[in-house]
Amino acid sequence: MIAPSSSPPPPLALLAEVTHRCPMRCVYCSNPLELVAASGELEEADWLRVLSEAAELGILQVHFSGGEPLARQDLPRLIAHAAREGLYTNLITSGIGLDAALGCRLADAGLEHVQLSVQDTEATGVDRIGGFQGALAHKRRAADAIAAAGLAMTLNAVIHRGNAERIDAFVSLALALGARRLEVAHVQYYGWGLINRAWLMPTIDQLRAVSARVEAARAQHKGALVIDYVIPDYYARLPKSCMGGWGRRFMVVDPAGRALPCHAATTIPDLHFTNVRDASIAETWEHAPAFNAFRGTAWMAEPCRSCDRRELDWGGCRCQALALTGDAAATDPACHKSPHHRAMVELATREASAPPAAAAGDVTYRGSRRRRPRPPAAATSRKAEETCSGF
Amino acid sequence: MTAAQTSAGPGAAVLADVPRFAPHMRLSFDKARSRWVVLGPERLFVPDEIAAEILRRCDGTTSVAAIVDALAADYDAAHGEIAGDVVALIGELRERGVLVS
Repeated sequence: MIAPSSSPPPPLALLAEVTHRCPMRCVYCSNPLELVAASGELEEADWLRVLSEAAELGILQVHFSGGEPLARQDLPRLIAHAAREGLYTNLITSGIGLDAALGCRLADAGLEHVQLSVQDTEATGVDRIGGFQGALAHKRRAADAIAAAGLAMTLNAVIHRGNAERIDAFVSLALALGARRLEVAHVQYYGWGLINRAWLMPTIDQLRAVSARVEAARAQHKGALVIDYVIPDYYARLPKSCMGGWGRRFMVVDPAGRALPCHAATTIPDLHFTNVRDASIAETWEHAPAFNAFRGTAWMAEPCRSCDRRELDWGGCRCQALALTGDAAATDPACHKSPHHRAMVELATREASAPPAAAAGDVTYRGSRRRRPRPPAAATSRKAEETCSGF
Repeated sequence: MTAAQTSAGPGAAVLADVPRFAPHMRLSFDKARSRWVVLGPERLFVPDEIAAEILRRCDGTTSVAAIVDALAADYDAAHGEIAGDVVALIGELRERGVLVS
């Protein structure tokens, strides 16, 4: 089947952000700074229609995300509906509240895979990042529930200055919890992560060490554990193909029903987002101004416009370009060809190497601007954790 | 796991193996694009025609040897050539966590 040349090829995946509610308040949460309240969330019937329309358009995978998707009581019904529509169903969860009974309900609904986030391998580190006491124990219980329900699991480890020394421990934890896949992803600096960047940025030496440990673990556990690895853009030479290109592969629907080309797109001013209450998924994908704003290559200026890689990385990340250059249509400064690239690397180097007290600034938890625990320091993280009274 | 497999490494496939998809991976027909796809967490493999024919037979009951026999008959091709392709593909996909056996 060949679509008319004016129609974009259909997306592959839907990121269904069913709620912004979450018991954790991670300092690098990718949710926007203005969270959607429970009262503003889409109704179940709307989500069911969105899932059907997504499958009809050609979407193959749905990621139930949030916030914490388990906060929605209707989640098993949404999963069951997606499964009936033939969509590959993935749940991205903190694991808080995921007990054996719920694990079975999710598996019975047809859930195919769970991504469980683990902020650290040490309990104090998890609590400090997530602003939630005792979270690691909850996550271990969740992993047991996932395994008992026969569900496949990926462990998601988000890496920053405070836990970069524990890659081997993350690998051991993934194997111990029965994960067949481990995602080692450095913090991406959008949303709350951008606010807390100075607190989180790893040093270049830490990054090199993490990369080496990941390579070693991949070789050691080949066939038993797949490890996906995402480096921080600030130390990259080439930008990542953010979302696989704007309006090419992904659609995000936020808790209020706004259809977004990426989960941080609301940070870009002047983009007009349609709502799935008003427009179908197919209409939105093809015609919504936000999806066409940076689709393809016609919007590009130099150095992207004439670059050989323009259809490989699609100019990188629009939200990062905006955050660091003030222009969402600029080349992502992660690219060495960007006039802002050097400043980006210097910024990262400066923030990562500042002594802990100065690097701390204000650490800001979502939903709160009051708490200021001590920062994780690169070289003395273990000691800092032992003495940090935290919350 | 057979002794032959162990000595050949975790990814290598042998004729007696009975491959099946890992619990989180699924072969699915993509109607909108008229093609077979292998779906997994944040993963999507698009097998070529021959690979799709092999993967459709990885049902957890058919051995690698039986898959080779079936394909050699269907495509009227040399048994040895097909066996090499099948063993290589299954070995590769096992290393990537798509298949288990």
